[in-house]
Amino acid sequence: MKILVCITHVPDTTAKISFTNDNTKFNEAGIQFIIGPYDDYALAKAVELKDTHGGSITVLNVGEASTEPTIRKALAIGADDAIRINANPMDSMYVAQQIAEIAKQEKYDLILMGRESIDYNNGIVHGIVGALLDMPSISPVMLLDIEGTTAKLAREIEGGKEFLEVELPFVAGCQEPIAEWKIPNMRGIMTARTKPLKVVEPVPFNPASGTVSYESLPEKGSVKLIDPENAEELIDLLKNEEKVL
Amino acid sequence: MSVFVFLEGSEGKIKKSSKEAISYAVEVGKIIGDDEIIAIVLGVYEDTDLEKLGNNGATRVINVNDEKLNENQISIYAQIISEIIQSGSANLVIMTKSSFSDNVGARIAGKTGASIVSNVVSLPDVSSGFSVRKSIFTGKAFATVSLSGEKKVLIIKRNVIELMENGDKADVEKNPIPDNLKFNEKITGLEKAEGDILLDDAEIVVSGGRGLKGPENWGMIEELARALGAATGCSKPVSDIGWRPHHEHVGQTGVKVSPNLYIAVGISGAIQHLAGVNSSKVLVAINEDPDAPFFKAADYGIVGDAFEIIPKLTEKIKSL
Repeated sequence: MKILVCITHVPDTTAKISFTNDNTKFNEAGIQFIIGPYDDYALAKAVELKDTHGGSITVLNVGEASTEPTIRKALAIGADDAIRINANPMDSMYVAQQIAEIAKQEKYDLILMGRESIDYNNGIVHGIVGALLDMPSISPVMLLDIEGTTAKLAREIEGGKEFLEVELPFVAGCQEPIAEWKIPNMRGIMTARTKPLKVVEPVPFNPASGTVSYESLPEKGSVKLIDPENAEELIDLLKNEEKVL
Repeated sequence: MSVFVFLEGSEGKIKKSSKEAISYAVEVGKIIGDDEIIAIVLGVYEDTDLEKLGNNGATRVINVNDEKLNENQISIYAQIISEIIQSGSANLVIMTKSSFSDNVGARIAGKTGASIVSNVVSLPDVSSGFSVRKSIFTGKAFATVSLSGEKKVLIIKRNVIELMENGDKADVEKNPIPDNLKFNEKITGLEKAEGDILLDDAEIVVSGGRGLKGPENWGMIEELARALGAATGCSKPVSDIGWRPHHEHVGQTGVKVSPNLYIAVGISGAIQHLAGVNSSKVLVAINEDPDAPFFKAADYGIVGDAFEIIPKLTEKIKSL
């Protein structure tokens, strides 16, 4: 089975989010970048599928040279080779066009990625890729089993799960508990250094959206503490002051 | 010109959060000068429910009334709506964010070449071009995003607009199901929490964390939730160890909620949990540990033993 796993290079989940250049640029100072947590689930699932069914895993990132340590980490976890599309990932449509272009040439059986990136949170790249390639796209996938050319999946819906079957090839946006995150071992880290990482120039495509400016969250006022002996007072405040009851 | 709104339902009922997109569309229509708001509903629904969408602001409803569409098939829905858009006079499609509409909206954009943005939290600003504010970094910041291109898909976050409930009856137009559909996904089953209030639709959420010490102690959380008409949620460790079902997990990699009131009981307030709740209107933290980080994010806090505090709160609610 030939699997493509698309990963994002995003600030670590505990990163303090701030902006520079008059709120037009994300402040990368002191930020640790990671494989997007949902993409990490997709990669872990790909490794499990390869263990069971054989095949190969290619990891793909749309990003500039600074994302290569993140790509190498994916290689250390278990991808066989990598493609970096040398471009700033300008918007979801742009990223999806780049992924679709590679997938048209390589004919993967399965294209996995996270349900969304944790920076822009659009959660739509898998769907756009599916539409561009005219194959099904399903997200957020929490269970995935493959028998022959048929996949059995569970997709999370509000308040439950939907079970479905679909024929390969298709695109899936992944989330927990599809697989356990894999931690690279020493051997993985060593071999990752020599695994092929191909840099490809992007196909020309004008993004249809652009970020004009950013805003941090307004500072929160301090908490109003209520004496546990008079806990009922909370209800009065919520009802009369906040009017949320 | 008109504005299209995609509405989503399940088991013959149109989702309430999905109707918010109609009221949002009415406001957008006022800004861009379109007054026809067309709601698109796929599958079999009661005529009265379709007409009632007028109450939320729809002027017309297009319903493809075929039971083959009663299940939410992503690619089929996207295909039908893309065709409606391409044949119609609307350039704007609006929907409320959900685990289903994200897929449908994305495929519509892929098929029609529309520009698309999700997690929208404001009405568009058309003073120069077309821009909206959206939530980014899992609720930790906002971005103003400009959209170019003639056709646009906006996926709005829940609870960004008050549901309007004072319109007239909408005209309902029934369309036949197109005959060129390719059914790619076969939906084989559903597993749903019965009778509970959905986290996504809830105006109040009560969540529990590891501070509750075990799944057997959730009775008091459920009782408080029932008294408040609230949904129940939990932290990631709690769903990871199987005390509560996964769909109750609120946080960075779980459900993101934006209710009017969020009550966290025995949840320390890790940044990943706060990312899922920080667009709630009022946050309440109840925890034994006065240094729990949740108290820095909360509007109200009670430092103390949840096993004593929660029953008092439930009692008080019931007495109102």
